[in-house]
Amino acid sequence: MIEKFRFLDHTADAKFQAYGRTLEEAFVNAALATVSLMWEPAKVETKLDHPVDVQGRDLEQLLVRFLGEIIYLIETRSFLVAVVDDLTIEKADAGFRLRAVFRGDDRPAKYAIFGEVKAITYNEMRIDQGCPVTVQVVVDI
Amino acid sequence: MELRKKTDLIWEIPKQGEMKVAATIYASSRLLESIKNDLTLQQAWNVACLPGIQRMSYVMPDGHQGYGFPIGGVAAFDMDEGIISPGGVGYDINCGVRLLRTDFAEQDIAARRKDLLAEIFKEVPAGVGKGGITRLSRNVLKDILTKGAEWAVENGYGTKDDLLMTEEYGRMKDADPAHISDRALERGIPQLGTLGAGNHFLEIQKVSHIYDQDLARVFGIAAVGQVMVMIHCGSRGLGHQVASDYIELMENKLGIKGLPDRELIHAPIRSPLGQQYYKSMCGAVNYAFANRQMIAHWVRDVFAKVMGSAKGMRQVYDVCHNVAKIEKHTIDGKTREVCIHRKGATRSFGPGRQEIPEAYRAKGQPVIIPGSMGTASYLLVGTAEAEELSFSSTAHGAGRIMSRHEALRRFRGEQIRDELQKKGIELQSTSWKGVAEEAPAAYKDVDEVVRVSHEVGIGRLVARVVPVGVMKG
Repeated sequence: MIEKFRFLDHTADAKFQAYGRTLEEAFVNAALATVSLMWEPAKVETKLDHPVDVQGRDLEQLLVRFLGEIIYLIETRSFLVAVVDDLTIEKADAGFRLRAVFRGDDRPAKYAIFGEVKAITYNEMRIDQGCPVTVQVVVDI
Repeated sequence: MELRKKTDLIWEIPKQGEMKVAATIYASSRLLESIKNDLTLQQAWNVACLPGIQRMSYVMPDGHQGYGFPIGGVAAFDMDEGIISPGGVGYDINCGVRLLRTDFAEQDIAARRKDLLAEIFKEVPAGVGKGGITRLSRNVLKDILTKGAEWAVENGYGTKDDLLMTEEYGRMKDADPAHISDRALERGIPQLGTLGAGNHFLEIQKVSHIYDQDLARVFGIAAVGQVMVMIHCGSRGLGHQVASDYIELMENKLGIKGLPDRELIHAPIRSPLGQQYYKSMCGAVNYAFANRQMIAHWVRDVFAKVMGSAKGMRQVYDVCHNVAKIEKHTIDGKTREVCIHRKGATRSFGPGRQEIPEAYRAKGQPVIIPGSMGTASYLLVGTAEAEELSFSSTAHGAGRIMSRHEALRRFRGEQIRDELQKKGIELQSTSWKGVAEEAPAAYKDVDEVVRVSHEVGIGRLVARVVPVGVMKG
């Protein structure tokens, strides 16, 4: 099994690379890396589902919007993502469309929350569809 | 890249290649070493290539790598040919600092310092996923985005005197919430009146040194040992969403071809999209002013309850350090309006500027520069020379030198707490991990940053304060 993600040094914020055999798997792992800056996803119960459906003019924008959903859900629904399932990426009219299901819990008081991701950025973003597929993201924290 | 030394504290990247103007960096050789460690200089170069940039692309002494523009970046753009850029303001729109004075001396609060901090920690919501005090309706939120700190005062948080002592008097009048997305509003509703996490903090401080007695007195500081309160926070998720939204809207409308960095995306200032971003950004600025206004009010409540009185807890000033504004500046001998971006930089108007509250106008604008959690912070004053040197701007803080990841490898939150306690500093936080990430050693030496500001003349030292109690989100 390949490594899911790895954090790299970045002076002001958090930078990670997420890996996958496919683009979809790398996107799932990028979500887990983002989540791991705020809570331990493995400890969060999968009590509720939140479907995700986002579009982007290119893969970079798609990734920013997808990861942005995690921030949106914790801030506005108090929803902690634990697992990402059924993630698909397809070509759409003007770029790409991503669909997935976030499973997690909306009872934040039950868990240790130790960080805040404030924004997903384009800074030093890379999407390399080699083997393995590698996506690199810097998030504002 | 060619970097010329002009003086011991002034460095220049001469105009070359695509640059429309040169870039100037204010730094000591020690600060320059850390600036060279990341992409700051390249980013200052990139900014110098943007349409309509005037005179110079500047980097303040605490400069470090940002998104698009460097943190500590200052640039002014012509109103007709120039641009406005969300990456030139930053994600945390109107991240800023408010400083309150008190009539208390260090010994007055010594016995009740722990209680003060514990009560503030109870009253001011902080950390992740912690809601604010009320569930706002969308209409009330829009009112706040339009009126800023004025809304807070009208609703019982603080006094009109606080507004007088706030940059823009606590309200940017060009705000228009109609251009702010539903998603940004949704993120703004639960977070009003919250401190947030990361590098944001609230400190009870004492004055440790006065450099200029006369100015200190004008700003409300009488003696060493006087107790102060500093609040450092911004526009929370709402501001971040406005930035993300407009980066995306501008990309979709204008394309990203030829941009060395996607967050350098920009729109002409007078274009519909440029105006929509500007008016939305003003709304986020207002949200942050209201946020700090409410938090300051709760801090006064706590002092009244624990110390028996909050009398004399006047606001020294409140400054933004992530913002774009239309200001008049003198360029090539002519005074005209420009769109100035300060990203991780503080306005530092010198004596006489009409934007400065009357009580300070003859002296210059107070400039508040927070250190990192648990270290010294500074009160400076804007200068007349800053107009020529930096479009009236100076540094905004310490600036990180160590990644959070590295800080976590090296420090533990509890250990930082114990070390601070030995120095007589109480600490309360929602997260020990967060405390370790913000370890004082992970930041540049703020003393060096303000020394450069003072010696270059873009902001002069007035007083130094040190924490006695720290609340970290």
